[in-house]
Amino acid sequence: MFTLLLYFLALGWLIYSWFKDRGKTKQALKKGVKSFLAIFPSFATVLLVIGLMFTFISPDFISRLIGNSSGFLGMLVTSVLGAVTLIPGFVAFPLAASLIELGAGVMQVAVFISTLMTVGIVTAPLEIKYFGRKAVIWRNGLNYVFAFIVAFIIGKVVQG
Amino acid sequence: MKNQQRTLKPYIPALVLIVVDLIVMAVFPHLAPKLLTNTAGNFIEMLSILPPVFILLGLLDIWVPKETVMRFLGPDAGMRGPILSILLGAAAAGPLYGAFPVAEVMHKKGASYFNIMIFIGAWSTLKIPMFLFETKALGTAFSLTRWLANIGVIFTIATIMNRVLPMEERYVRTQGGK
Repeated sequence: MFTLLLYFLALGWLIYSWFKDRGKTKQALKKGVKSFLAIFPSFATVLLVIGLMFTFISPDFISRLIGNSSGFLGMLVTSVLGAVTLIPGFVAFPLAASLIELGAGVMQVAVFISTLMTVGIVTAPLEIKYFGRKAVIWRNGLNYVFAFIVAFIIGKVVQG
Repeated sequence: MKNQQRTLKPYIPALVLIVVDLIVMAVFPHLAPKLLTNTAGNFIEMLSILPPVFILLGLLDIWVPKETVMRFLGPDAGMRGPILSILLGAAAAGPLYGAFPVAEVMHKKGASYFNIMIFIGAWSTLKIPMFLFETKALGTAFSLTRWLANIGVIFTIATIMNRVLPMEERYVRTQGGK
């Protein structure tokens, strides 16, 4: 749905641009293709790693590992899992809901969701290509720490 | 020959991983279908989202003048900079890696590092489509608390990064040269 909108936007602008200035349009396409090809090998590497990882670490495996984890130790486990893995939201949220049903605490699940979204160990090499090592360490490190703080807040609000 | 070596070199890690995949499939044949669907799914997701993104970025690069981006997202844009960055990030969809090439063009066009970090933060955790999905699965109390708390977190992290990183580290590198 959103992807469709994206295509609509890109094609619309492309056609408009073509009528306004063909030379510039070609230049724009060339730039787009060039930066895509420049980063494609890194993308391919990351996606292959994720594909391989998820053959062994399935949502099922994660739910068994997290199970009814509790306390701060449980949060440490879920935070590491969230930081290391990369699961799309439409898999992660139902997984999180079933984890709570299985007896995992709200805070443990919240820290998993937060680190999953903001901390990316597998994508770090790709991120470094754009932002440099230092910035990536800071961004991921800070997000990791704040995931716990946000989880405490969510735990307090949801459980009263 | 030399030229060919140069174009192949970035693909070496990917090729190594393909070999690993083949070995895994040979050793654990029962995992093969899963491995193939996982990997194919990842590539399909990326290849469906990235082409329009890169076309849009190319057009943006050519048609939108630096002054315009600077006025709305530059260091002197005031409060509308972060607000616009949050809206841009929250309207997005797809994995965080989709935000990196966007950040590259933002940087090139003169958006401030602070605003770029706000954008990255918003993309990672404030996405509206994801929020709706999260609400359905985990309830409004959970999703709304997380969403609101993360606005504070995003500003805090952007502020900290702007302070701790030396000027020369506050950049987004252009991929594939000029």
